[in-house]
Amino acid sequence: MIHAEGLVRRFGASTAVDEVSFEVGEGEVFGFLGPNGAGKTTTINMLCTLLRPDGGSAKVNGFDIRRERAQVRRSIGLIFQDQTLDERLTGMQNLRFHAMLYGVPRDTFRERAGELLSMVGLESKAGENVRQYSGGMRRRLEIVRGLLHHPRVLFLDEPTIGLDPQTRRRIWEHLLELRSAKGLTLFMTTHYMDEAEHCDRIAVIDNGRIIALDTPDKLKAMVGGDIVTLETSDNEAAAGRIRSLHGMEARLTDGGRKLVVEVEDGGRFVPVVLETLRSAAVPLDVTDVALSRPTVEDVFIKLTGRTIRESEADAVERARMHRRAGRRGPGAHG
Amino acid sequence: MDLRSDVRGAYTVWYRDVLRFFSDRTRIVASLGQPLLFLFIFGGGMAGAMASLGGGEVDYRRFMFPGIIGMSVLFTAVFSAVSVVWDREFGFLREVLVAPVSRAAVAIGKVAGGSTVAMFQGGIILLLAPFIGVDLTVGQVLSLLGLMLLLAAVMTAFGLLLAARQRTMEGFQMVMQFLLMPMLFVSGAFFPLNGVPVWLRWLADVNPVTYGVDALRQTVLSATVSESALAALSLRTVGANVACLAAFFLAFLVPAIALFSRQD
Repeated sequence: MIHAEGLVRRFGASTAVDEVSFEVGEGEVFGFLGPNGAGKTTTINMLCTLLRPDGGSAKVNGFDIRRERAQVRRSIGLIFQDQTLDERLTGMQNLRFHAMLYGVPRDTFRERAGELLSMVGLESKAGENVRQYSGGMRRRLEIVRGLLHHPRVLFLDEPTIGLDPQTRRRIWEHLLELRSAKGLTLFMTTHYMDEAEHCDRIAVIDNGRIIALDTPDKLKAMVGGDIVTLETSDNEAAAGRIRSLHGMEARLTDGGRKLVVEVEDGGRFVPVVLETLRSAAVPLDVTDVALSRPTVEDVFIKLTGRTIRESEADAVERARMHRRAGRRGPGAHG
Repeated sequence: MDLRSDVRGAYTVWYRDVLRFFSDRTRIVASLGQPLLFLFIFGGGMAGAMASLGGGEVDYRRFMFPGIIGMSVLFTAVFSAVSVVWDREFGFLREVLVAPVSRAAVAIGKVAGGSTVAMFQGGIILLLAPFIGVDLTVGQVLSLLGLMLLLAAVMTAFGLLLAARQRTMEGFQMVMQFLLMPMLFVSGAFFPLNGVPVWLRWLADVNPVTYGVDALRQTVLSATVSESALAALSLRTVGANVACLAAFFLAFLVPAIALFSRQD
């Protein structure tokens, strides 16, 4: 459904999207994961024909994003990062404007709006002013709006940003339900790790480049199994002992307060390592043990050496420097 | 993008502006505040000092009334067009710009919407006419609405030209301070332009608002003031004013559409 090859977009001297290529199949939920400023929104804007690429090409639904912009636009729905509802109008009026813009016939509109509104549980609120809607309701209304004209692909830019965890979960339930009911293809960007796990495949993007692309499970397998975090009375000595007895690399983190070991099967490793440390010549006290399955965040750290949050701090700093230099950078929307 | 989608798109943008205008009644009432202040406080206070207008035939408030209409139209039209900046970044317009509608159609819809709303806003001022002793026939009211629509179209196109490539609202206060207020003051809204210094007259001649106020004034006063008194307060015939406004409109609209249409 989406086929991108070598997409490039520059803003002044900086390259927001750098040779990005990927393919998204029909009915797939495809995630773009990375820190703010990594080039996610810029990529979406190019695919939706809002932004002209400086290089490369892409097809959406078989239509070229440069030459067949009207056809691309007709066949996609887009949900923006910031809400774009008209607060002075009712939910239904907002929907009707969308139907007018896309030339959805009146009867089809009424039928489809009714069906979609009830799917997301908003049918009783449609006559109310959007100003009275909660954040989650607004997002649901935007999803309904984005689907009114029967798009084959729905683009979602940070669909759950700024929503509380419970609302985020509900939005996801709705999206996945719509996907299976309508055979939609979903292309979304996020910097929430837990959300990325809902995707069929994830492209991890950093500094405008895709640095990994696979299913969440396979990505996590790259990290190399489970993660055991220990706190002991002498972490350095413990690290040395684990290295010599188990032949495993143990990293010190958190300023040396914690010890991290990546192992194939954490559940079996924990009792063994406790025994190893206790039976040392100078017995080591283990004060805390934590076992975690790897997350997509761990993948990001493994690939870039940074957490997503650290990268975002960098991006904010870069944007600030751009502004100071008087240039228009990709800013917060990169 | 084909013509049918474009007509539909322009209509949607227009309809949304009009619907928003009428769904916000408090704003309509609040927007009468400033004109009331000008007409009754400022105008009432100045009336004595300006007693010689049109050979003593024209009360200052009546002289000023068309200027107040022009002021309402000017501000509403430019505000509406400049709101594009905000709307494109955070609002409804983003949603329009990704629809299968050409940007030229969006620009035309926006100019049409801003013009219509500004005309209505000016039309509301007409309701104050009886309170300052201005009686208007149906024919006059229709001519006035037509002139307001034309002036509004000129100023919305002008506003869109300012806003077309602008990305932030920061420049907006500047526009108000250094453009709109001077345009209002040199338009002849508050004092007659016959007999002002040459440089001021020259500024008035390049100011589109001047032509609107001049035409509105002649239309408002035509029934109640003698021809000679009216001639002493006017610059051009109504027809000449309309022709100049139409020329301004095209001169603003064409580059505004071109700038607005450029894809990022």
